[in-house]
Formats: sequence, C-alpha cells, structure tokens
Amino acid sequence: MSAFEAVIGLEVHAQLLTRTKIFCSCAVTVGGEPNTRTCPVCLGLPGALPVLNAEVVRLAVRAGLGTGCTVQAISVFARKNYFYPDLPKGYQITQAELPVCLDGQIVLDDGKVARIQRIHLEEDAGKSIHGDSGTRVDLNRAGTPLVEIVGHPDLRTADEAVSYLRELRGILVTLGVCDGNMEEGSLRCDANVSIRPIGQEMFGTRVEIKNMNSFRSVRDAIAHEIGRQADVIQDGHAIRQETRLWNADFSRTESMRSKEEAADYRYFPDPDLLPLHIDPAWLALQRADLPELPAARKARYQGELGLDARAANWLCEEPPRADAFDRTIADAPELATAFAPFLMTQVQAQLQRNDRPWPEVDAAMPALLRICRKWRAGQLANKMLAELLQTAFADTAQPLADALAHAESLAGAVVSDVAALEPVIAAVLAKFPGEVAKYRAGQKQLVGFFVGQAMRQLAGKADAQAIAALLADKLDA
Amino acid sequence: MTATAHVEACLGQIAARDGQIAAFLHVDADGARARAAVLDAQADWSAPLHGLTIAVKDNIAVAGQPLTAGSRMLAGYVPPRDATVVARLLAAGAVLVGKTNMDEFGMGSSTELSGFGPTRNPLDVTRVPGGSSGGSAAAVAAGMAWAALGTDTGGSIRQPAAFCGLAGLKPTYGRVSRSGVVAYASSLDQVGPLATTVRDVARVYAVIAGHDPLDATSTDEPVSPVTWRGDLAGLRIGVAREHLLAAEGLDADVKQRMEQALDALRTRGAVIVPVSLPHTRHAIAAYYLVATAEASANLSRYDGLRYGQRVANPPTLDALYTHSRADALGKEVQRRILLGTFALSAGFQDAFYQKACRVRRKIADDFAQAWQTCDLLLGPTSPVPPWRLGEKVADPLAMYLMDAFTVGPSLAGLPALAVPVGVDIQRLPIGAQLIGRAFDEATILAVGDVLQRAFDPTLEAA
Repeated sequence: MSAFEAVIGLEVHAQLLTRTKIFCSCAVTVGGEPNTRTCPVCLGLPGALPVLNAEVVRLAVRAGLGTGCTVQAISVFARKNYFYPDLPKGYQITQAELPVCLDGQIVLDDGKVARIQRIHLEEDAGKSIHGDSGTRVDLNRAGTPLVEIVGHPDLRTADEAVSYLRELRGILVTLGVCDGNMEEGSLRCDANVSIRPIGQEMFGTRVEIKNMNSFRSVRDAIAHEIGRQADVIQDGHAIRQETRLWNADFSRTESMRSKEEAADYRYFPDPDLLPLHIDPAWLALQRADLPELPAARKARYQGELGLDARAANWLCEEPPRADAFDRTIADAPELATAFAPFLMTQVQAQLQRNDRPWPEVDAAMPALLRICRKWRAGQLANKMLAELLQTAFADTAQPLADALAHAESLAGAVVSDVAALEPVIAAVLAKFPGEVAKYRAGQKQLVGFFVGQAMRQLAGKADAQAIAALLADKLDA
Repeated sequence: MTATAHVEACLGQIAARDGQIAAFLHVDADGARARAAVLDAQADWSAPLHGLTIAVKDNIAVAGQPLTAGSRMLAGYVPPRDATVVARLLAAGAVLVGKTNMDEFGMGSSTELSGFGPTRNPLDVTRVPGGSSGGSAAAVAAGMAWAALGTDTGGSIRQPAAFCGLAGLKPTYGRVSRSGVVAYASSLDQVGPLATTVRDVARVYAVIAGHDPLDATSTDEPVSPVTWRGDLAGLRIGVAREHLLAAEGLDADVKQRMEQALDALRTRGAVIVPVSLPHTRHAIAAYYLVATAEASANLSRYDGLRYGQRVANPPTLDALYTHSRADALGKEVQRRILLGTFALSAGFQDAFYQKACRVRRKIADDFAQAWQTCDLLLGPTSPVPPWRLGEKVADPLAMYLMDAFTVGPSLAGLPALAVPVGVDIQRLPIGAQLIGRAFDEATILAVGDVLQRAFDPTLEAA
C-alpha cells in the first residue's frame, strides 16, 4: 500500500449568487413548487433564445481573479449535446475550447501550490426526481448559472484535496461568487483519482468520483477510493476508467458508468450567443474591487493580531465569521488573541450543545466580545461565564445578543473585595490544616486547591485572581 | 379600403383557392375579422401597416395559434408568446390571417417536405412554389394576404419569392430578431418579408428590422431608410462569373432574363462590373455541413418529453426518444440530423464541420473582395424556374444543388433580395437576386425597385 501515491484533481461546480438565471430572467431560488421558476428560455421552448446575464460574467471574473487566473479577453459558449429528461434543449450551454479564465492556483494550508487549469461558465440542468411512480422532472434549477473550476492533478492525499476545497470555498464565499453550501448543492465537487507507484512519472488510470456533498465525504470518498485502487492493483488487476458514486451510507464508491459508455458530446460554438468579450478597462476595475482574500487575511491574523494558525484558519473557513470578527475586534485589537479562541472553543461548544447555526453568532459578536473582555479582566469567573453562556444559548425566545445581555444582567458581580473574601479564606485554611502545612513545606501547587475550595464556598462567583492574591498573603506571610 | 374589406377579400381568396393550393396550415379567420374591426374603429392611419394582411410562416410564433414548423412532431403545440417580429407587425397595425405551410423545420426547397402535405404554386398548380417558405409565397401570389413573413436559412425566402413572381428579402444576419422563430440553423436563419413589390417588402422590412434584447445575435446597427431612385448613375453592379457565365446547370431562359436585367440597369446609368466569387463551388457543401450541424443540436429539444409528439408506452427512456423522433420527424429532417451529427462527431468534426466553417470564411472573403469594385451583385436566385411537384423529391442532392446561388450570401450573412424579372417561355416566373453589403439593405431595395419597374411598367410610380 505505501508503495503507491495518489494523484488527485478536483472539478468544482459553484452556483453563482445571481438573482436571475444565466440566460433568462427567471429567479434563481432553492426549492419552490416544481416547474414554477421557468420561462420559454429555460424550458427550451421552440424559438426561445438565450441572452447572457451580465452579473454572471462579473462573478466568474471575480472567481478567476480571486484564484490568480488569467481572465480571457475572448471566450466562447459551446453546446454540449446529450439527451436527458432534465436537459430541456438536448444540449447544455457551457464553455469548451475557450473558457473565461485560465491558469490559476490555490495555496494550501501547508504552503503547497495546487494549480487551477480553467474556470468556465455553464448552465445547470434541471432535477430528475426518481420515485416509485416513475421519474419526474423539475426544471426550476435549469439555467442556474454555474462556474466549473477545474484543477490540475496536483493533489496527493485526501487531506490535501479537502484543504484545496476549503481554501477555494473560502475564496468564492469571500468574493460573493457562491454561498458555498455543499449540503444544498450550491458547491459541488467531483474528484479524479488515480494511483501510481511512488517514483513513477506517468499517471495511472483515473476514476472519477461524484456525489460528495460535504468536506467529510470528499475526504472519506477519496481515501476510500485510493485504498480500493491499491487493493485492485495488489490483487493483480487493472483499474477500469470509470465514474463512481460515493455512497456515504455504506462508506464506499460504486460504479456508475465506464468509459466505453462515455458519450460523444459533439461540442461546437453556440451560434445563439456571440463570443464573450471582456474589456481590459472593466477588468481593471474588477481587480481593484477585490476584497481581502482568505490567504491574506490569515497572514494578517497571525502577523498583526498574533493569532495562532489554528484560530486564524478556523476564522477564515467561514468568511462571514471572519468579517464579523474583524468588525468586532476593530476597536479592541488587543483582545483578539483572547477572543478568537473564546469563539472557537466556548462559543462553538455552546452552539453544538444547543444545535444552533453559526450565523447567529456573527450578529451577537459585540455582546460576546463584551463578555470575553469582562472574563479576561476577572469580572466574570469561569463558572459564571459558563453559566451565562449556557443560559443565553439555551434561550431561543430572543435574538442571541439580547439573550446574552439578559444572562449577563442575571450573572451579577463577581466577589472581589477583601472584606468579603477574607472570612471565606480564613475558614478554608482553618478547615484544611494538613494541606496548609504541606503548602508551607513547599507544595506550592496546593494554592489551586485552596482557590477551588474558596470558590466553592462563594458558589463560583468570585474573582479567582483576588482569592489567589489573598491566599498568598496569608500562607506566605 | 377598410381593413375589414381587405381581410374579407383575402379570406375569400383562401376559401376559393386554398383547398387546392394549401398555402395555410392554420387560418385565423375570426381573429383577423375581429382585429380588422378594431383597426377600422381606431382608423389610425399613422400605423405603418394599418389594416394590411400578413401571412406568417409556421415556424414563427403567434401567441395562442398553433405552431408546427411543418412538422408532425409539433402537432398540437401552441406557443405562449409572440415572436418579436409578430409583436412588431401587430404594433404596426397589421392583421395576421394565418400560419403558412413550409418544408419541415425549413429543410427543403419546394414545400413538398411538409409533414402536412405539399403547397402548390398558384401560378401553375402542377408546380412547386419553392421552399421552404412556399406557403408564404403562395399565399401572397394567390392574393390571400398582402404580404407574408418567411424565414431564410439558405434561400428559403428568396427562392419561393422567385418561384411565385414576388419580391422577397433575406436581411443581413442579425438585422431581424430570431426570438420566437423555430431554429433550423441559428447562425444562418433570418426572418424577412415576401410581397408583390419591392416597395411593399421594404415597408414590412422597416417594421421588423432592428435590435431586440431577446436575441443576442441581433445588432443595434442603425436601419437606414431607403431612398427610392429613378436612375442608377454612379452605381457599380457586380456580376460574378460563377453566378452567370460559368454557372453550371443554369437554365437558358433564366440566363437570358439576367442579361436583360443587366441591360435594364445599364440603361438606367449603372456600371456593370465583372467579379469573381471563386469559392462558390464549395458553398453548397459548406452550407449543408454548417446548417445540418447546427440543426442536429437545435432539433434535439423535440424529444417527446415536454411538448409535441410522444410515442405511446415506450419500454425505456431510449425507446421514448428514438421512437418519438423516428415516428414524428420526416425523412429529410432525419437525414439532416444524421448528417449534422456526423459532421460534429469526435474524429470527424475537423474534417467536416470545422472545414466547412473555414470555407464559410473564405466565401465571406470572396464577397469582401467583390465590394472593392462594386456596390451590389446581381445574379439569378434559382438556376431553374419552378419544377413540377414530385420531380426532385426523390433526389435530395439534386434538390440541394438548387440552392447554389442563395447559400453563398447566407453563409456570408449578407442581405439578398429576390426581384421578379419576367417569365420564361412557359410563363413561369424568374427572379433575380441582388446581394448587398452587410446592413446595406437600402441599396438592394432601391435597385430592386428600379429593376422590378423595368420589367413591369404597370407598377405605378409612387
């Protein structure tokens, strides 16, 4: 097994965030009553003609600029011919020989560069819904604008593939090109996987894997497929060039069609659409309009804010989260190193426990920063913080920010004045004379035990640092 | 004359003759009468086509009226929207009388290849009216409509106009919207008018020409008005040797009428310039590859699933496609789909489709070269006068060769006008073809008008 290395290239379809479809003015929506978001153009009625939506071009160009591609001055739409019930015209309008963008790259977490071959524009097909009473076709999705981002086979492991996809998704979401939702299919990924003996230049026979709708399934499917191919070769068989579907329920890939069944798509330029010309002056404006991309943001988080790589990556995985973080931290950059791990651990744990989605947190970030600041200043004890967060996140009756403010008001003040703490500390020391003796004999770590006991007496609502200071006064006196 | 009287006259002609001619697939008598009544009440004489009857080729959508494009595949299909050209005609005050017969999906040169039976030439009912806009031409020639819309991919307006003694214009590619027009070959298809006179053609053309946001290939090139002229002083008219002197299979009468036409134009001050279009002999091959390649994709939507004809109880999806299409599409349509599919296939695309595209550019270059020395070209529309029904229908290649002079301007995207220039010894009409520079419809219309008057002094000077 270890004698092989994998060669992986991803083909990513991203649904563009436009209001209307690529060649008509029907609304792009998820769901809707079947066949209600349609018109003669996306139904392929006789005589209907496609007219390119300019916003689609803007978003594809942004995707290209964000991935370091060369945006092509001229690109051409082509017809990809095949018959299928959810393809109303009997051909898909896509770009073949001359795509809108060429030659880009994605930098992975570990600094490795994976090349992008091309980005092309195309229309989505409808959906075939297979049921007991036969197959039904919903054409609401037909004509939804997509970019297909084709990567070179530069990836070598399932983890690299996931890293590539995460980075690419971060770029597309940051640019407003795609919402990045893999479960709903607005970001879809196919993988071409082959293996070869380590040291061999030539690629092995590749297998295309489809139907992976989460990062996890991308990792699992590719890892599984690498293992399957190694088994096939070690059993003395050859890999068949084919398309396989990932079955997440059984954690395996299943054969869908082999190359012998592959269609001849007879691509040719679509005579209904003129070549797409991109004006250099307009392109320069688009380039100037790019926001900070995830790679630059991660570098800034580590360089300027002092975050560790894990927190920086985690924040940038969801660009809206990083946006909210940036807005919130703008006036208090000194809190960044505390606030980022606070979000990543405590806050995320609360979300999971209460099964709430992350975007709620983005809106409540100022309140969370306020709480984090108090906690760091000792105005909220650990236990108080935990209770506060738990109360607030369990409260679904009001917006999270309001729930946090409410829970904060209930939490009360931490006990920190000497007059209140001294009797408690005296009582603790009186109760554990043995431990006091051990401490004085040199077991200084017992200070934690005394702080804990005092906290227990004070129901956790005390300033631990104040207790520790008083303890030191008494014990070391 | 009121719109109502005019409509009644047309409907009377239809009632009297269309049983034999079969120009129409659908006559909207009630709709035409109702609209005429409304127009008469409004009496808006500023509308450029106020109260004039127009027949519409059945591959052009009129909302609520059946649309078949001459194919049984589309029997029963009713489009939800008007084609842009139809909307413009209605806005200009026209009355639509019905939908005219055609070779299925525009694939033919005689209107014998309609899924609903042939149309006959009103000037000689033993003969074809030309095609594929044969129904439109026959309707106008028989007085069933003042003018008609046709579509022209490789000659389908010009040749039937010539066969029925009419004027017919194929505008520059991109000049007239294709939105709502059933596609045959998208890079060649254009809508244009057929009418008795060049001036009437120009009137309809002025209404339908111009940019349409629903068709990405329609241009916003300004449409210049036609300046009608009495003489042609200073005009250089090119004659391609490949269209006349060296043309193969050119009928003697046709040739003679062309020479008379040139004489007539010379008499009126034009200079006749010999030119050459050396790639003409490759035009038919290039045309039948490009057009069928595009058609093979354009006709894929007729799969029996969403509209049109579907075979009953197909055992599999493949059977549904195969049998629905094999049953409902005619032989010639199937032949062209197969030809086009082959021309685009892996391993053959370069030798056929790509090469045809290269020839197409050479043909366009030929014309560009000709424009160095002349302002327009004159030649025959069809090498022969209208033939008898059934004469060529069994020999598709012979039929394709009839397009020798019309496919060149189509491939080059140029405007071309058929103009009646008299009759042959059997009194069958003969049409000249005037080919103009891109977007210069005005010149060929002006010259066409002079030419038509030269052959028909009865036309009043307007």
